[in-house]
Amino acid sequence: MIKDEERSMNATVRRASMADYLAPGARSMKPSGIRRFFDLAAGRKDIITLGVGEPDFVTPWHVREACVYALEMGKTQYTSNAGMPELREEIGNYLYNQFDVAYDPAQEILVTVGGSEAIDLALRALITPGDEILVPEPCYISYSPITSLSGGVPVGIETFAEDHFKLKAESLKAAITPRSKVLIVCYPSNPTGGIMTYEDWLPIAKVIEENDLIVISDEIYAELTYGTKHVSLASMPGMKDRTILVSGFSKAFAMTGWRMGYACAHPELISAMLKIHQYTIMCAPIMGQVAALEALRNGKDEKDRMVEAYNQRRRLIVHGFREIGLECHEPQGAFYAFPSIKSTGLSSEQFSTRLLNEANVAAVPGDVFGMGGEGHLRCSYATSVNQLTEAIERIGRFVDKLKAE
Amino acid sequence: MSELKMKILELLKEDARRTAELIATMLDVTAAEVKQAIAEMEQDHVIVKYATVANWSKVDDEKVTALIEVQITPERGRGFEGIAERIYLYPEVKSVYLMSGAYDLLVEVEGKNLKEVASFVSNRLSPIDAVLSTKTFFILKKYKQDGIIFEEHEVDQRLPISP
Ligand SMILES: Cc1ncc(COP(=O)(O)O)c(C=O)c1O
Repeated sequence: MIKDEERSMNATVRRASMADYLAPGARSMKPSGIRRFFDLAAGRKDIITLGVGEPDFVTPWHVREACVYALEMGKTQYTSNAGMPELREEIGNYLYNQFDVAYDPAQEILVTVGGSEAIDLALRALITPGDEILVPEPCYISYSPITSLSGGVPVGIETFAEDHFKLKAESLKAAITPRSKVLIVCYPSNPTGGIMTYEDWLPIAKVIEENDLIVISDEIYAELTYGTKHVSLASMPGMKDRTILVSGFSKAFAMTGWRMGYACAHPELISAMLKIHQYTIMCAPIMGQVAALEALRNGKDEKDRMVEAYNQRRRLIVHGFREIGLECHEPQGAFYAFPSIKSTGLSSEQFSTRLLNEANVAAVPGDVFGMGGEGHLRCSYATSVNQLTEAIERIGRFVDKLKAE
Repeated sequence: MSELKMKILELLKEDARRTAELIATMLDVTAAEVKQAIAEMEQDHVIVKYATVANWSKVDDEKVTALIEVQITPERGRGFEGIAERIYLYPEVKSVYLMSGAYDLLVEVEGKNLKEVASFVSNRLSPIDAVLSTKTFFILKKYKQDGIIFEEHEVDQRLPISP
């Protein structure tokens, strides 16, 4: 055993501090706002949390069981880099049947470690340092940081509650410069629950074409829509070759921990992404692929059951917020409500922190999701009806207390 | 039955204490419609009763439950009905099903202890003229009943905040 003094005498760090070793991108990256709030909420007892961005269901048993069985049969190897051929085949069929987009499983589909990896691969494959990447906000927290990490410059486009957080052609146009290259869209949206219809997409598609943009379309919540069917941007006229469709199994099939996702795009884009994927990851884990295959083949009933449950809770939470007197646009997808707390005069950060401390309810402050998020709260309704009703009651009492101050 | 009634039934099956107002919000209809539908279902005996699913093994004076396979000779004209009725009217009988297969009736009997159930079988059930044979199986542990898993606790293993 080396004593501490000896250890420091032996140390050969020549730079002033460890941070000096870090790449500029890693050094300047801020910890996520969600993480910040997570630390605040962690360790508290008896909190009701509306802060969770994942299903409250456990992966359906038949999916887990298929994986267990495969393990028993000794399925523990690498698969082909792009993913098991039969899984890619099934993804192709699924997208065609559900969302009207046809991809060739052999050349246009890549199985990834979560939708997360697919987004990262797409950005790494596309960005030349200095390129501007357009991101409608409020949006999923990862887009801007991983854009920066690849050397791109994230450019936010604000969307508004009164437009149901839809991307508007005028705002998109206004944000475009000669350096704009990629647009990242995510509908149904985390954190707003906003969706885009065929009519909403039409003018957007036109701007995309006119300005020769490539789109990363994060459709991970595609199955979770209420009353309307999801319209994939890739299914819009002229859009397929300009779109990298990113999706996965985390949300619709309650499979967050399996880390299974995929990307679909033009063969040249997929082959570039595949190269990065094969050198960094090799392939997605076979256990996850086996489970994903089972989910696609036999998961429809369970998925429908979960969607129905989310829908019921969605109505409950939206109704609840409005009763309390908080404005809340009607989310039509994903499992988040994004009520406004502007009427209380508090900032998102102040409101969330006090709500946590004084009412024991955790919800994520809207400002962490970028422009337009301030004054809002992201509340996940992927939680039981009892918890939701209790949360609404607590928030109601808290808001009353604020009024009395 | 209407789709609305079906959905109301499912929500009540999960939790019978849900109010009409709560159900109405969840299904996007008015509370009056829910109340009306529930009243109709009660009237039509679709909803027979609101009960509590208890895990009796957690209660001190534990009960003993047995499933009894009963073979009987059907009665002329009435088939199994008369004997089934004779059996289900005993308060210790919790359920009676007419079965296909090797025996005719499956009878669920509950008693304070083993002796009580055994005495029911030998003093009440077996002496019935039409009863040819009985086979008694005691339930040792209930894992799942009516779709409800008994040992399942609602532990949320998710992080309190996540993306
Ligand atoms: C919009 C969005 N995209 C991607 C992801 C990542 O999903 P995965 O688990 O497939 O990596 C999430 C997860 O919260 C998300 O909300």
